[in-house]
Amino acid sequence: MKARDLTELAGRNLREALLRNSLTTLGIAVGVASLVAMLSLGVGLQQLASKRLSRSGLFDAVFVTSRANRGFGRPTRPDPATATPAKILDAEARQKIASVPDVVEVYPEIRFPTEVQFEGKPYPTMVAGIPPSARTDGAFEGIKGAFFSGLDVDEAIVQIEFAKDLSTQPDSLVGKNLTLRYAERQPLPAEPNAGRNKSGANSSSEDGNLSPGFSIVPREKTFRIVGVVETEPATGFGGFGRGRLLIPMQVAETLRIAQANDLREILRGTSSKVSYDSLTVRVKGPSQVKSVEDAIQAMGFTTFSLLDATKSLRQVFAVFDLLLGIFGSLALAVASLGIINTLVMAILERRREIGILKALGAADRDIRRLFFAEAGVMGLVGGILGVALGWLIGSALTFGTNVYLRRQELPPIDLSSIPWWMVAGAIGFSIAVSLAAGIYPASRAAKLNPVEALRYE
Amino acid sequence: MTGTMDETAIRTDGVSRSYQMGDALVRAVDDVSISIRPKEFVALLGSSGSGKSTLLNLMAGLDRPSSGAIFAHGRNLAEMSSEDLAQHRSHTIGMVFQAFNLLPRMTLEENVELPLRLAEVERNDRAGRVREAVERVRLAARLTHRPSELSGGEQQRAALARALVNRPTILLADEPTGNLDSATGDAILHLLREINESMGMTIVMVTHDRDRAARFAHRIVTMADGKLVSSGTQS
Repeated sequence: MKARDLTELAGRNLREALLRNSLTTLGIAVGVASLVAMLSLGVGLQQLASKRLSRSGLFDAVFVTSRANRGFGRPTRPDPATATPAKILDAEARQKIASVPDVVEVYPEIRFPTEVQFEGKPYPTMVAGIPPSARTDGAFEGIKGAFFSGLDVDEAIVQIEFAKDLSTQPDSLVGKNLTLRYAERQPLPAEPNAGRNKSGANSSSEDGNLSPGFSIVPREKTFRIVGVVETEPATGFGGFGRGRLLIPMQVAETLRIAQANDLREILRGTSSKVSYDSLTVRVKGPSQVKSVEDAIQAMGFTTFSLLDATKSLRQVFAVFDLLLGIFGSLALAVASLGIINTLVMAILERRREIGILKALGAADRDIRRLFFAEAGVMGLVGGILGVALGWLIGSALTFGTNVYLRRQELPPIDLSSIPWWMVAGAIGFSIAVSLAAGIYPASRAAKLNPVEALRYE
Repeated sequence: MTGTMDETAIRTDGVSRSYQMGDALVRAVDDVSISIRPKEFVALLGSSGSGKSTLLNLMAGLDRPSSGAIFAHGRNLAEMSSEDLAQHRSHTIGMVFQAFNLLPRMTLEENVELPLRLAEVERNDRAGRVREAVERVRLAARLTHRPSELSGGEQQRAALARALVNRPTILLADEPTGNLDSATGDAILHLLREINESMGMTIVMVTHDRDRAARFAHRIVTMADGKLVSSGTQS
């Protein structure tokens, strides 16, 4: 018999015992719903965690330091592999790292404590430079106001806690100006014989030509507040959650603010050149982190990433999903017993009909496929209903959770997520389980002796 | 004696069919040999339990003999696979039963169409063939009716249309008038005779009514206790 005829006959047979078949199908739907609800919860939580972590900017970033900066007090040691002095993270190195494939941007960590003047009052705070890529990494989702309008604009974004310090109505800060007071590093003019005069016997500089040093000059600069942000965006591993007043990275770099490593650079004689304590390298995605790390290490720098941490996280969620899936499948296993029961009952009721079909030319195979088709149709309908029911359960759970979170004054979350692969997988699994449940009844129906079946009243 | 040279429609060679009933072995059909020519209308006569329906089922390929051979157009049914037997029932045999055996949930049209579905006949050809079969039994006006909306005679005619729709060469009828009154039964037998004559179809009819058998069949084969009593002569 052709597939279309089989399906039509199966549909007709199912409609005949409508109540029983509906209840069986409902059983399958409940099983699928439980599976979908469990898995959607697992996937939802995983997505929630991944989203939060990816917003932190930790998993697609490589933190680069010079081997020369392994710690205060240690001398600059030669690289054991090349027997050359450790490389300094300077503008040239930054350029080279930026040209590595899959690198999106390279920026230094600029973070400094300072004082802000706002409406005539001083406020101490921590200022951080924010790279352009931060606009899309999710940390600025839900920003009140807007992200920086350009790369080198005198605009600032205020973190909510600091905004609360500035005003009782943080949202009203957008559009207002504040003045940043900071210490600018100004190089001193070079003096002849300065190196000899200042180096002394313990100078580490072989040619005795030390940097002339620099002076610290107080400066002020006015910034317009363009936004207020809830989260504290990360600017790298070291800067995680510490900037409360955020300014464009390019502007922060031009301020030439005195940094913690400036003193060390004077001693190394490198203070006349731009150099960085560390650089954060933003990579296209977590999967490219390894290759970028290898390339940077090959240049002679030390790198660090949280790649292994993401692997562990994925492992944990895979096991979590598996356990949820197993518990969800239990209900479907019970539902499959319902299918077996319904089809065995159908064999008893339709014994004579099976005999008639065989007398009219139906092969054992046709009878088997007919019962399989009936099981498959129940699985398909049950699967579709189950996915819908699972979605409803997931939505109800999300709704209930968000009601609770709102009462706790916390932002809402998407607790459950049903991606397309789960919809297709759940319906496919439902059909597969139903077909497996139909194996015994179908083979029993196919083996019926037609003569005995025709005698059956 | 197999092969295409065989000129019989159905031939049984020493066919037996026995059943184990507890400790006893019941021989429902016992060493029956009979030949039925193409286009012949044979009545298989016997009292209840004589083995005539069992023999008919063996000819239909619904059952397998315990011993002996059954040939339909030269092909030994005893050696066929169950798949081949299903093909035999679908394409060579049409069956009519005492209880009509229409599917109550289907309309007359759907009942008649069922063998075409099983034989995988193209959908485009089905409507024409159903109409042809239904017109032959004069039920064209009742296509959309369900069996419960038809009289006994109409139901048997519908069963007859279903048996004919696949254009078989052999029609096997098991007590086709058993559930009908005398006049309706006669009408069905007239129809069978007409089909036999106009379509040249071989008909084997099981009955216990000697008078009707004599009136409508070419030949009467009598059975008793599973054995062939007489294979009759052509009238």
